[in-house]
Amino acid sequence: MSVTDIHLQEDLAHDDHHDEHHEQGFVSKYIFTTDHKMIAKQFLITGIFWAIIGGGLSIIFRLQLGFPEMSLEWLRPMLGQWITPEGKLDAEFYLALVTMHGTIMVFFVLTAGLSGTFSNFLIPLQIGARDMASGFMNMLSYWFFFASSVVMFISLFLETGPAGGGWTVYPPLSALPQAIKGSAAGMTMWLVSMALFIASSLLGGINYITTIINLRTHGMSFSRLPLTIWAFFVTAILGLLSFPVLLSAALLLIFDRSFGTSFYLSEIFIAGEALPNVGGSPILYQHLFWFLGHPEVYIVILPALGITSEIIATNARKPIFGYKAMIGSILGIGFLSFVVWAHHMFVTGMNPFLGSVFTILTLIIAVPSAIKAFNYITTLWKGNIVFTPAMLFSIGLVSFFISGGLTGIFLGNSVLDINLHDTYFVVAHFHLVMGSASFFGMLAGVYHWFPKMFGRMMDDKLGKVHFWLSFIGIYLVFFPLHYIGIAGFPRRYYSFTSFETFSIYGDLNALVSIAAILTFAAQFIFLFNFFYSIFRGKLAPANPWKSNTMEWTTPRFPGHGNWVGAIPKIFRWPYDYSKPGAKDDFIPQTVPYSHTPESNLEHEEELTKEEDLTGVEKVN
Amino acid sequence: MLNLIIVIAVVLIIAVIFTAYRVTTLVDVVKKKKSDSHVPPGNNFQGVLMILFLVGGIAAFFYFSMKEYDTYNLPIASEHAVITENLFWITMAITVFVFIVTQIFLFGFSYKYRHKENYQAHYYPHNNKLEMIWTIIPAIVLAWLIISGLKQWSVITGPAPDNAEVIEVMGYQYAWAFRYPGKDGELGSSDFRKIDAVNSMGIDLEDQRGHDDFMPTQLVLPKGKPVLLKIRGRDVIHSVYNPHFRMQMNAVPGMPTQFWFTPSVSTAEMREITDNPEFNYELVCNKICGKSHYGMKGLITVLEQDEYDSWYKETQENTFLKQNPGYLSEVPEELKEAAKIAAGIENIENEQKVTSAASSSK
Repeated sequence: MSVTDIHLQEDLAHDDHHDEHHEQGFVSKYIFTTDHKMIAKQFLITGIFWAIIGGGLSIIFRLQLGFPEMSLEWLRPMLGQWITPEGKLDAEFYLALVTMHGTIMVFFVLTAGLSGTFSNFLIPLQIGARDMASGFMNMLSYWFFFASSVVMFISLFLETGPAGGGWTVYPPLSALPQAIKGSAAGMTMWLVSMALFIASSLLGGINYITTIINLRTHGMSFSRLPLTIWAFFVTAILGLLSFPVLLSAALLLIFDRSFGTSFYLSEIFIAGEALPNVGGSPILYQHLFWFLGHPEVYIVILPALGITSEIIATNARKPIFGYKAMIGSILGIGFLSFVVWAHHMFVTGMNPFLGSVFTILTLIIAVPSAIKAFNYITTLWKGNIVFTPAMLFSIGLVSFFISGGLTGIFLGNSVLDINLHDTYFVVAHFHLVMGSASFFGMLAGVYHWFPKMFGRMMDDKLGKVHFWLSFIGIYLVFFPLHYIGIAGFPRRYYSFTSFETFSIYGDLNALVSIAAILTFAAQFIFLFNFFYSIFRGKLAPANPWKSNTMEWTTPRFPGHGNWVGAIPKIFRWPYDYSKPGAKDDFIPQTVPYSHTPESNLEHEEELTKEEDLTGVEKVN
Repeated sequence: MLNLIIVIAVVLIIAVIFTAYRVTTLVDVVKKKKSDSHVPPGNNFQGVLMILFLVGGIAAFFYFSMKEYDTYNLPIASEHAVITENLFWITMAITVFVFIVTQIFLFGFSYKYRHKENYQAHYYPHNNKLEMIWTIIPAIVLAWLIISGLKQWSVITGPAPDNAEVIEVMGYQYAWAFRYPGKDGELGSSDFRKIDAVNSMGIDLEDQRGHDDFMPTQLVLPKGKPVLLKIRGRDVIHSVYNPHFRMQMNAVPGMPTQFWFTPSVSTAEMREITDNPEFNYELVCNKICGKSHYGMKGLITVLEQDEYDSWYKETQENTFLKQNPGYLSEVPEELKEAAKIAAGIENIENEQKVTSAASSSK
């Protein structure tokens, strides 16, 4: 590690002596690496591992919901005591399944897997830096995440099961082992794991912010940053400001659970005895949790939107429409995301006046989101669209973002939320707008930057098959849930047989489950394509998508330090696609205006005088 | 044995698929498909699929939404729900319109502007006027929705009318308990430390107002009269929810909450509306509360006002104290006589016996 660190310094100091790299050992290259690209791959592979687990858990509980009569005896070899003697899924384990599905997907897949992968990979490559500001902190960030993953994974095998109070783990349910089995050791491990996870997030986030502010290459001003970087930047700030609040919520919960405090507990009679705790408030936990929880959904979706902006512009061969408006809406969403948290709590009994305030703020946040959607669509208008798998997933993302975003207008309106709160309508809403949209953003990013990550191409046809199966599958899973939700079905129900009101829609639930299984199966096409292409894919050309951003100026297999020789300078914004008069339909950011007199706009012609061309080769 | 065969079959199938894939890629390499363009083959086909998806998706959406309207749209059974339902469907109309239009543009543009050789995309980086339009129009529409929503929100969550029928609802793992104020029209106070197997709601018998309280096993409501539910949770958070009344409020331990509404359709009427003689309003727990969360059901019966009055008159005789006279021992000495009268306990001689029996069973 130290060796690489020193080298990095040298790289920065004298770019000319670049060839003196020592061979790195296996451990420092693949395991305790400080190279942002390798760390990104570590996050990606771990994220994929978690996605398989998280998706697999959802298939088990979808079997229960879709086919309540079915015998699950065949799962006994895997689930053991969690299959009852009658061959049914244990009702308490069902709750543990939904809890772990949520936790894993939100934090381990869509936060660490998405931000961790692409912020790490793209920030230095797209701003022209040799590595992150602190490679060592970056390494720690991954290994904290790894430790957090290990703890969470082990908790799956506890005798009392993993945490089972829902991914939001509201006390008192999560505080009292007598209330649910999952609140015993499983909950302790959940909290430990989350504490490690938060440390990982903070280490990563500080690094992303510092790197973007300080290590941009010559000419890479904030107004020339690709939208991916803008999205990662705001995401990192959101994480830095909100994750500590989750840590405090978790700490107080640990105190309540283990040290007899009463932050969240008051006037409880359970399992035949009155507890001594008085004066606490379970609602306090919800405020603290959602102060992270709501920014968290934007932490999950913003990087996906950034990735999409880049991919849509590249493949529509057009500048992203409204670059400044896109930045403005990222900033607007980022700011507003901190002042909408209590819309998750309209029916908790908090002061109705607060409900009014949060309704107003919540619906305001719909405006920047709408701007983004409209701008994506306008970017497609009069484009020359190439349907790469990455482009297909990006279009799919926009479709999900609209479908899921619109239902937010119902839920954000407190008076409508009374009836929809905690029903399947909510499940449909966030799975589309945040779950599926971000998931598609992640897949789009993998397809798009795979050639840069591994120097090889993924298979195009398999990618398209993967897209269509996933896209149709996901709509078939989540669209019907709106109807089930409007009919009042509560979420986190093991079965609906106890209620006459919910005796309908057994067939619809079966359809949803079948679609979920098929969608899950389709992901194995991706897995095959991914791992096969790492080793056997076609070698990638230097700039396979004819993209403008500067990561494509690095060698096919960039070493630690990214560029051989000097870091290229930046002369223009990243979206000069199909510029009138230009020879090609793209002009990379590294091409000075003085080299493209044929396509310069008036104000750009002015800029040619100020350009510092030392060290820039004229390519054509 | 069967399992082994299945495993082998799966392995073989995977091997076959893998080999087929490998062969096609190798064939492609050998053929050296001519592609000087960076556009992968089948680009038009993807565009066509976009249109097919759009048309098929919209058709399925409208077909299912109309066909199933009466199934997913539960009949309304409270006065405020008429107004919120109205807002719900207005919001639905707006969002469906935006949904359809944007999806048509999204997939339509994808199809129409799919890659063509020798075509150059239109360099169109921004248009401030357009962006102002789609900032301001959504802002106005949203503002209007917010205002209409908040007007109703403040009524629904505002103070209950003075004549409201006050009833206490308590959630616990995994059932509901109900308490009516009895003859004096006032609920007695309660204390979680007084809870035991019989006094499940922890009625504090030092409070005189509680002596005539009664606890039926189901929630009975009068039609056409405001009802104020005083809600609390005994162990973990629960949620008092019924989709017919469009009514929901969490039951939080340590923080009493409330919700008021006016039932507008009696159980008997709803049985006719739904054409289901077995119909009952059900009280649903809608906040994850543990293993049997999904079975935490309460029964709600809505009666016509006169039926309700006679039910109340009859049931209020079964006061908690009368049914469990052992708890008289918790009543302060100076209130005992009054308590017996309030609770309707006539046979005073039996008291001693019952008390000892109750305290031994406690």
